[in-house]
Amino acid sequence: MTKLTIRTYSYLFLVPAFLIYFVFYLLPTALSLFFSMTRWTLTDWDYIGFDNYVTFFSETALSIGFRNTLIYAVVTCGLKVILGLLLGAFLTSTALFKNYLRSVIFFPTLLSTIAVGIAFSIMMHPSSGLINTSLAALGINGPDWLGNTKIALLSVALVDVWKGVGVATVIYIAGISGIPAEYYEALKIDGGSSMNAFRYITVPLSRPAMNSVIILAFIGGLRSFDLIWAMTKGGPGFTTDLIASIIYKQYQAGFYGLATAGNVILFVGVSLLAFPLYKYLTKSEVYL
Amino acid sequence: MKRTNARTLALLTSMMIVVLLAGCGGNNSPTTNGPSGNTNANAATNEPTEKTTLTLMVGNTGTTLEALKAVATEAEKKLNIAIEYDIKPDGTEGDNLVKTRLATGDMADLLVYNTGSLLKAVNPVDNFLDVTNEPFMADVLDSFKSVVTVDGKVYGAPVGSSSAGAILYNKKVYGELGLTVPRTWDEFMANNEKIKAAGKTAVIASYKDTWTSQLFVLGDYYNVQAKVPNFADNYTNNKAKYATTPEALRSFEKTEEPFKAGYMNKDFLATTYDVALKMLAEGTGVHYPMLTSALDSILQNNPDKINDIGVFPIPSDSADVNGLTVWMPSGMYINKNSKKVEAAKKFVDYFVSKEGQAIFSSKVKAAGPYVIKGIELPDDAYEGVKEMQKYFDEGKTAPALEFVSPVKGPNLENLTVAVGSGITSAQKGAEDYDKDILKQAQQLNLPGW
Repeated sequence: MTKLTIRTYSYLFLVPAFLIYFVFYLLPTALSLFFSMTRWTLTDWDYIGFDNYVTFFSETALSIGFRNTLIYAVVTCGLKVILGLLLGAFLTSTALFKNYLRSVIFFPTLLSTIAVGIAFSIMMHPSSGLINTSLAALGINGPDWLGNTKIALLSVALVDVWKGVGVATVIYIAGISGIPAEYYEALKIDGGSSMNAFRYITVPLSRPAMNSVIILAFIGGLRSFDLIWAMTKGGPGFTTDLIASIIYKQYQAGFYGLATAGNVILFVGVSLLAFPLYKYLTKSEVYL
Repeated sequence: MKRTNARTLALLTSMMIVVLLAGCGGNNSPTTNGPSGNTNANAATNEPTEKTTLTLMVGNTGTTLEALKAVATEAEKKLNIAIEYDIKPDGTEGDNLVKTRLATGDMADLLVYNTGSLLKAVNPVDNFLDVTNEPFMADVLDSFKSVVTVDGKVYGAPVGSSSAGAILYNKKVYGELGLTVPRTWDEFMANNEKIKAAGKTAVIASYKDTWTSQLFVLGDYYNVQAKVPNFADNYTNNKAKYATTPEALRSFEKTEEPFKAGYMNKDFLATTYDVALKMLAEGTGVHYPMLTSALDSILQNNPDKINDIGVFPIPSDSADVNGLTVWMPSGMYINKNSKKVEAAKKFVDYFVSKEGQAIFSSKVKAAGPYVIKGIELPDDAYEGVKEMQKYFDEGKTAPALEFVSPVKGPNLENLTVAVGSGITSAQKGAEDYDKDILKQAQQLNLPGW
């Protein structure tokens, strides 16, 4: 092998991956920046500058969309982080049926989101749904989960948590299992309780896992689309519209340029929120 | 040895990419690729005895598909043309699919799709075959031709009958409660009050299927144009707005008023179209603002109740203005870029012929008068359709706005849900709709926007 080949041949291995990355990621990203400034019919386009962005920001539904997206991301992310940690700690302990419970918690993740959405929207029917009939049997008058404009978004967020907490739990389990047993032994020798173990060892040392969960759940929440579409389609009216569902509606209506502009806005928005968050979180990480 | 390995590996990897890319490219439409691949070969040999297979894209709501199948079975015997169905969803989902398939050159040979503004949004000039001078269009009524005409050329043949956007009502309950068909909005609201007092749902709303929420606006267009005759033109040219034209704003107020008065069913946000039809048929609900094509679904689900259902126009504010807003049937379009245009023409020719129409109308009963000369409403037409005929005879009909203006905002159904469930006011809903149509007009590149 000549020196040149030794230096260069390894790059050949990168070519396939780079090609895929270029064709399916870089190129569309660059093109979408361009098409977001056009009025586009898929076959034909007119350059219109920043008009699409102006239109997008003047949409009444969009201000709702921004607020809803933030609420949705924060609620789902927060619940997944907390519930996931508790479940993770519980499932790494010496609990009975540990393995069985692990699969129970993880199971919803394996289901199709659309199927989950449809199933829950049937169960959440205000008078004939499973949830409210069960509540009625207990003498509780259940709310209209998806029709009440005040709680519809939270209902969907709760379903998202039910479905997504399994992944968070698995990440926590991996993180917590990586904590050396010596720390717990030391704590025992010093006479610490199991609450102390959770508070002073498990929580701080599972920070890397927690950070992954926060980032994944938060970005996932910001881009969430499928569940809300299956359950409410952004309705009633526009009360549960997320940015992604607004973009989808523009696309459905055939406003391809406008929808692309929405995607660019979503991309910038997610980056602006996610990168600083990531920076901040990794800074405070504790290394084992 | 090492080198060979590296090369083999590189080769293998690049082969895998090629396969991957090919896989992505070819998988766009498994439904059409397989069968049409065979038939292309057939068309190449072009032997008259050989069977031609055409693909036809059609939605699956209601009984149109079943009726089409019946015609196609007959056509297969007569013309030796077989039809492969390419089922699409209806509503905005379907619009989206049609646009994408047209843009990627992947459209079926024949397409059954909306007429009017929705047709204009899919660029018929470039996509569909001009059938202006085809003999089979000779008997089609001008009222239909006008809604499939773009730039002076006609593009589609009618599929089914016209229908109306009106209020379907339960005649049995009307009889029991001693009510008469209202001619004004006030009479309508008075009837609602009596129905409510009798413990029944006065106005059925099925906002789970959002499209059903639009009827008080769309079906009210007869009343709008009766008072403001040039509304459609001014609206298309950006001179008239829903929010600033009081007669048009009334349509949004009519959406709002039954909710405010508490006439609507419980759980209307979770009620679907099918459930609403059941309520109407069984008489637990009495008024349902809907397209008369719903009669067909009632026949399917509650055949014994079909003649309990009557039709009256959405009432206006004065008794002299009382007419129906009419929807034209869907059109059948021939894909301009199809390789089998001649066979497609033959099929459409057979479809609109007396024979084809007889088979079609035996499977799907008319929701209103037909739009082909010489095809009359049968004697066993629905009770509701007979009630409609009166308005047609008196000339008290007007096409819905979407047939006289290319501008229809895509978000109307969400806005009417918001107005109809008290989330936003009628005024705000109309203003938002005016903004919504702005985007559509700009996308269509209409002058004056």
